[in-house]
Amino acid sequence: MADRDDKDLIGAAKMNRRGLLKCMAWTGTGVVWTLSGGVPRTLGLIGGATAAEAPQGTLTFVQISDSHIGFHLPPNPDPRATLTEAIDKIKAMPTQPAFMIHTGDISHLSKEEEWDVADQVIKGANKQVFYIPGEHDVADADNGKAYLARYGKNTNGKGWYSFDMAGVHFIGLINVFEFQPGFKSAGLAKIGDEQLEWLEKDVSGRSASTPIVLMAHLPMWTIYEQWGWGTADAGRALGYLKRFGSVTVLSGHIHQIIQKVEGNVTFHTARSTAFPIPAAGTAPAPGPMKEVPAEELRKYLGIRTVNYVRGKGAPALTDSPLVA
Amino acid sequence: MLTSINPPPRCPRIALLLGAVGVTALLAAALPELTAAGEAVVAAAASPATVEIDNFAFAPAALTVTAGTTVTWKNDDDSPHRIGDKNGTFTSAALDTDDTFSHTFAAPGEYPYICTIHPYMAGKIIVKPAGKMSSN
Repeated sequence: MADRDDKDLIGAAKMNRRGLLKCMAWTGTGVVWTLSGGVPRTLGLIGGATAAEAPQGTLTFVQISDSHIGFHLPPNPDPRATLTEAIDKIKAMPTQPAFMIHTGDISHLSKEEEWDVADQVIKGANKQVFYIPGEHDVADADNGKAYLARYGKNTNGKGWYSFDMAGVHFIGLINVFEFQPGFKSAGLAKIGDEQLEWLEKDVSGRSASTPIVLMAHLPMWTIYEQWGWGTADAGRALGYLKRFGSVTVLSGHIHQIIQKVEGNVTFHTARSTAFPIPAAGTAPAPGPMKEVPAEELRKYLGIRTVNYVRGKGAPALTDSPLVA
Repeated sequence: MLTSINPPPRCPRIALLLGAVGVTALLAAALPELTAAGEAVVAAAASPATVEIDNFAFAPAALTVTAGTTVTWKNDDDSPHRIGDKNGTFTSAALDTDDTFSHTFAAPGEYPYICTIHPYMAGKIIVKPAGKMSSN
């Protein structure tokens, strides 16, 4: 089984750019997108030929992010309820995912009772979950000690790790602990030397045809430094990965979907399950969009399905809002 | 220490970065005792030294106190913030709306800090030796 999957995915990784673009992400409310040079281009509606004919993948997993359990203000006084809806959506998927990833900000204030609620709700999906922390999860007075004690077992350093699943190499990168001054901001988060050295070693022996999934809470390219939407030393990490034929970077933090393609690397930020944040620079600060009316809220929240398809390189991504 | 009171070398970064809102708040908060640098000055045992957090900014962004002063941060924002000293000598837990955090500054020096949840938010506490305040 493992051998067969490896072979399929190795073939997949050798696809050309045209093939890569053909099977790129489809996102949003039923509209199929493809990306060209970082600019999304609509292909057609889901239900049309492109999406309907997508073959069943060799590996499907789900990304959820930014559940912010403990948040209690407009526009979402009950993030537990919306997380539950996200889990219900996963349970109802016709093709059940092999596992889930959570790309950080599980909690709002790094409190055990918040993680208790999140764990209780997420357990409902009955799936293995791989977590990385957001800055809200390492905001205890002891600099992340509580998160690491709870979620960081069997990880390296301050919580980073990697694993392999169906021939795909997954890396959980942590970019919420260290900071350095930025060009346009007093501080910008970074990965840090110790972790970068680990990453270099982690991928050094691997075949370039191994598909890579890199999870990191903060975006791995600078979207808007004035709001800290970037990672100061992301370039070094990506340098270690550039020889790989397919690198998919999955992030959270900004509570909205932004995608970018750079060579063989595709970057995707995810929706939150709790509340939306304004588009970069469109508000005085990156706080919750409290003006969103209750009946609109679920359009901004959602889950993401990632599907490695036989014979294709980059995975297909489907972003589904909490409303149909 | 005293030479660092001159504004150009040390306050423009924070003031410029935080923009008009932060600067206005800084000046307003500093009005009672405004130094040449336009920073708030609080003497130990005088009025409580408080840094308000609102609209993702610290006000005042730079606060000068004498050694022994307890500084209190209060989060007036809808979002949580967390005080993290760049040198690691003091860190708060995440402060939810209306939460406060206090730290007593015993040793003179400069203590730049950020919000570790939103690290582009920066502030600084400048601690002068006790008794030096009047010489300003």
